[in-house]
Amino acid sequence: MKRAVFLPVLVIGLALAVGATGCKHTPKGTTPLPTAKSRPVPGTVERQGPITTAPPSTTGPGGVGAGTATKPDEGITTTKLPAPDSTSGYSQPSIDDLIEGMVPDTNYFKAQTVYFEFDSSLIRTSQYGRIHAVGDELKAKPTTRLMIDGHCDERGTEEYNRALGERRALAAREALIKYGIAPDRMSTRSWGEDVPAALGHDEQSWTQNRRGEFILLSPKQ
Amino acid sequence: MKFRFMSSLFVMALLACLVASPVAMAQAEYDIDVFARGLAKPIPIAVEGYSGEVSQVLKFDLEISGFKFVSETDSQFVLKGTNNGQVEGRLFDSVSKSVKFAKAFSGGSARSQAHALADEVVQAITGRRGIARTKIAFKVARSGKSEVYIADYDGHNASGVTADGSIVAAPCWAPGRRTLYYTTYKSNNADIVSHDIDSTERKIIARYGGSNISPAASPDGRHVAMILSKSGSPDLYVANSDGSGLRQLTRTREDESSPCWSPDGAWVCFAGKTSEGRRFLAKAPASGGPMQRLSISQVVNPSEPDWSPDGKWIAFTSQMRDFNICVVPASGGEARILVLGEDPSWAPNSRTLVFTRRGSGGKRFLSLLDVPTKQSKDIAQSLGVCTQPSWSR
Repeated sequence: MKRAVFLPVLVIGLALAVGATGCKHTPKGTTPLPTAKSRPVPGTVERQGPITTAPPSTTGPGGVGAGTATKPDEGITTTKLPAPDSTSGYSQPSIDDLIEGMVPDTNYFKAQTVYFEFDSSLIRTSQYGRIHAVGDELKAKPTTRLMIDGHCDERGTEEYNRALGERRALAAREALIKYGIAPDRMSTRSWGEDVPAALGHDEQSWTQNRRGEFILLSPKQ
Repeated sequence: MKFRFMSSLFVMALLACLVASPVAMAQAEYDIDVFARGLAKPIPIAVEGYSGEVSQVLKFDLEISGFKFVSETDSQFVLKGTNNGQVEGRLFDSVSKSVKFAKAFSGGSARSQAHALADEVVQAITGRRGIARTKIAFKVARSGKSEVYIADYDGHNASGVTADGSIVAAPCWAPGRRTLYYTTYKSNNADIVSHDIDSTERKIIARYGGSNISPAASPDGRHVAMILSKSGSPDLYVANSDGSGLRQLTRTREDESSPCWSPDGAWVCFAGKTSEGRRFLAKAPASGGPMQRLSISQVVNPSEPDWSPDGKWIAFTSQMRDFNICVVPASGGEARILVLGEDPSWAPNSRTLVFTRRGSGGKRFLSLLDVPTKQSKDIAQSLGVCTQPSWSR
């Protein structure tokens, strides 16, 4: 039974990985496993292009939530996503349940920060590589959880921006849910325009400030 | 001479109102054109005999309450007194040839005595309660951190309410009490707390998964409206003042923000967004039920509504090329742009606003505006970047 689910997931995983990397020559079954070393080192210059990552299924059964396959495709059986509230989205776990006994690492996913257009919470195609890189790590480390922080530039009223930042974090969370991460492993938080990454008052700074950041929560050793 | 005749007429009309119906006087009607275009004439007053800080306070208070300082010969009203020792004042009305009041103030600082005298003048001439002894709460940001502060409405006597070295947002007064609601990021989440200013006791009233933001206390103090994203989208909720009895008022995929209450507590007004991304203001019954869009013409991108305590107006921010403070009748209609600025909060007199103004290079500070006369004053503050004012009422 497990195998029956596993195979379609593997196919979709490969298709997604190929789509995300844009690499047309990845030989089947030889994509390298993610390792701590292949992860971008904190403090290094951020890579602008999509990040090459292993398909989710290569992380083994523990890394993939069974029954969380995503897009329907030709000849592939689809399985159901966790049901969102009919109008709102995917309900969030209790914050204390999420963070209790966990240690946050704000640097781990520094290179996976996703950026947004002005006044928009839409995840651009160019940003999906980063979302999937985060998703792959979460699948490879099933005991970890994630806090997603939404941020805005200063061009908006403060509480409007706080709500917009929340929409951005929620959009990243939804993309991860669709990538196969269980909703109860992730919670969102909006900082509005309160924590800019760049302090200037021009488009160059604003571009860097409209972002979603991922904080890895790992169990205390 | 003509001006004096006109102003005498104006005052006589006011007095006639006063005689006919003190209630009508206390709620002097303003047409949107007069009110929001700043066409109401300031009331001329002559003030003599004061010096130093008391003189400055009187001028600040009376001008922001819609008065204009003129010479004794040009004014129906003359305030004479002294601040040697205690503050004293005698208000003459040259039309009725009567003394409206004669009072001396003791106790407190010279500053607070001057505020009390200003309030006496406003009450005696307009029949409305003055705002000179009210308070504001606001957010002060410094070096990437922020704290909640309270101060006199003119920015003096500021004191910190929080000292967490974290980030706070959107302080809001509980009506008639020394309690504030605000969002704090102190405990790894955006939580809403209630904070008793005197006992410094803090209680978390909303700490759900996702952001818990933009609290707004109901006029009777028994409920709090807020924006929560626990369901997966920022939606509008109402809870009891301690956070219990949570009820969801909107269920949309888009983000709601900045709730405020109608003075009768029946409605919660908020900023919303269509699925195409167009922003609007709407109101939802506080007890639940479908929301109603507020029709607003002349301006776009509204956010941060605040309902005037007399129920007539909704002030809000419109984001076009710049941020503008606007006002619209509470039932909707034509909106008027008042000044550049954002995040307005009404004074208890339903005519003065406190709001945030942006300067060059990211500077922000608080400013006051008397809407019907468009008289405005900045609040001098050296604490840091001051934003998100809330007027106690």
